[in-house]
Amino acid sequence: MALKKELSYSEAAVLAVQREMEADARVVVLGEDVGRGGIFGQYKGLQQTFGAERVIDTPISEAAIMGAGVGMALAGLRPVVEMRVVDFALCGMDELVNQAAKNRFMFGGQGRVPLVARMPGGIWDASAAQHSQSLEAWFAHLPGVVVVSPSTPQDNYGLLRAALQCGDPVVYIEHKTLWGLRGDVDEDIAVPLGQAARVREGNALTLVSWSRQMQVCAAACEALAAEGIAVDLIDLRTLWPWDRETVLSSCARTGRLLVVHEAVQAAGFGAEIAASAAEATGCRVARLGAPRIPVGYAPMLEAQSRIGTQAVVAAAKKLID
Amino acid sequence: MDSSIPGRAGEALYRVMVRIRAFENAAETASQGGVSAFGQQAAGAAKVRGPLHLSTGQEAVPAGVCAHLRTSDYLTSTHRGHGHTLAKGADLTRMMCELFGKATGFNGGKGGSMHIADFSVGMLGANGVVAAGLPIAVGAAHAQKLLKKGDDITVCFFGDGAINRGPFLEALNWARVYELPVLFVCEDNRWSATTASGPMTAGDGASARAASMDIAATQVDGNDVFAVHETAARLVGEVRVGGGPRLLHALTYRVKGHVSVDLAAYRDPAELAAALETDPIARARGHLLSTGIAAATLDAIENAARDEVDTALAVADAAPWPDASAAFTDVQTIGAGQWH
Repeated sequence: MALKKELSYSEAAVLAVQREMEADARVVVLGEDVGRGGIFGQYKGLQQTFGAERVIDTPISEAAIMGAGVGMALAGLRPVVEMRVVDFALCGMDELVNQAAKNRFMFGGQGRVPLVARMPGGIWDASAAQHSQSLEAWFAHLPGVVVVSPSTPQDNYGLLRAALQCGDPVVYIEHKTLWGLRGDVDEDIAVPLGQAARVREGNALTLVSWSRQMQVCAAACEALAAEGIAVDLIDLRTLWPWDRETVLSSCARTGRLLVVHEAVQAAGFGAEIAASAAEATGCRVARLGAPRIPVGYAPMLEAQSRIGTQAVVAAAKKLID
Repeated sequence: MDSSIPGRAGEALYRVMVRIRAFENAAETASQGGVSAFGQQAAGAAKVRGPLHLSTGQEAVPAGVCAHLRTSDYLTSTHRGHGHTLAKGADLTRMMCELFGKATGFNGGKGGSMHIADFSVGMLGANGVVAAGLPIAVGAAHAQKLLKKGDDITVCFFGDGAINRGPFLEALNWARVYELPVLFVCEDNRWSATTASGPMTAGDGASARAASMDIAATQVDGNDVFAVHETAARLVGEVRVGGGPRLLHALTYRVKGHVSVDLAAYRDPAELAAALETDPIARARGHLLSTGIAAATLDAIENAARDEVDTALAVADAAPWPDASAAFTDVQTIGAGQWH
């Protein structure tokens, strides 16, 4: 029975968690302010439905939230661990990096840590250096975790359900400015982890991005199309494992790859994709990310960290020339 | 000391301590020059490689506490976790195999001494990061409460160095806020790696900090296994009946250096000499003799432990190494293996 409705990115996330909590009594939510629905509404109504024992308000204790999530998972629960913003997840970094990600391996497979750590990322308007970071490359570098970054309500619904079913620790990065984005959500569409979406087809170049930057890239593709340049636009959706097959087959066909991300360009995840594509296909590669600066507060300072449509168009044209 | 402990229970506590001591003595030798079976010196590299953190002198704490635990209770540990693991009921030979890095170890050679674990007896792992076991323990206890697992509890061992890390404070607060079935056990051995803990710690230590969060804490002579046993019996009982978290602050002493190769030359020899006067095994032996248990009985317990450890060394020596391909298993289900 197809249930299709228009939902916001945050409502889609609520629905995903609700469906998993209905299906599996082991799923619990823990984090700061989750009882009130989360600071972005991404848990709205869940405590009223499932009670305070399954949607657990916590003290401001990121290390304990993440660490308790590890202990809960080892003891048979499937926790959703809310970190508020990716910037604050750093307060629980040992618990993620040294505990959650390592547990299964270092104990020889005795334990499993099926937790989903939600940590909204990206520039949040006028929120400055400690509430606007894009740190996905840190987590993609970490053996033992899956890294997901959805760009649409449909994907947020499907990928969050897939993350909760996957059984490994998942770093789940929603974008802080996408919460109000609306779109159709079909509950019957499953979005598997590790599978990219081909959003536009074209032969002039391959453009890979994810999360909010997909909107910028889509606008850039429109502008390029107006000039007769047809772009193969790929939404990576999952950063680890990333969909090599979709990306590399596109690169082999177009001969050119541009990776665009909101994160700082230096040592960003775009470098991984670009290097892989160059190694595998010999295609021309280029990256476009933010300068290596903290995100500033004043509008003209914050703008220095943003990658706009014109910059994407210019980078694409330079690659084609 | 609690002379009310019946002879057989006293012998059981003694057996646990003696097995831990024998195991760690052998592991220490194996880490320094290499041993083959039965303690003969062997040329070549050490059999137990990497950092080996010994709990020599602290055996009374895990023995006295774990005597009250069931297999279904959970335990989290520190980087000094051999004693906790054995006291929780883990197989000694498989533990030696893990220290040797062999495929037959608990972790298939992937963890070694610092990550010793036996989930089959509820021992959820030693930990290479100080204080990291505390949040994991409250999570396990939280799950026990939510899953309504009878009156099972979680016990969390940590050292006096851990109380200066944030996760200690976060975990204690968490345990009290949610009234979790967890017993925190501070093994206060007076040293934080190679630095004395006292000058690095404001206030009166673990029990004072617990009290500040309204968690009842009890100090005990951690080198008196009978005192630990008696106090832990009360605290475990209170936790089991839903009384919320408790903290046991056991005052003991780290006889060895931080790791086996550390001779602790930074330490005042008089401090060590004084501590050795209160060795928990010697004290327990004296007490058991005074209650009428025959020396031959205790000798037999010690000989049996040595024999068991010798056998474990031989088994570990002969055990196969993990296949190199095992480095790629147990990483994660999705996105593991084929990637560089």
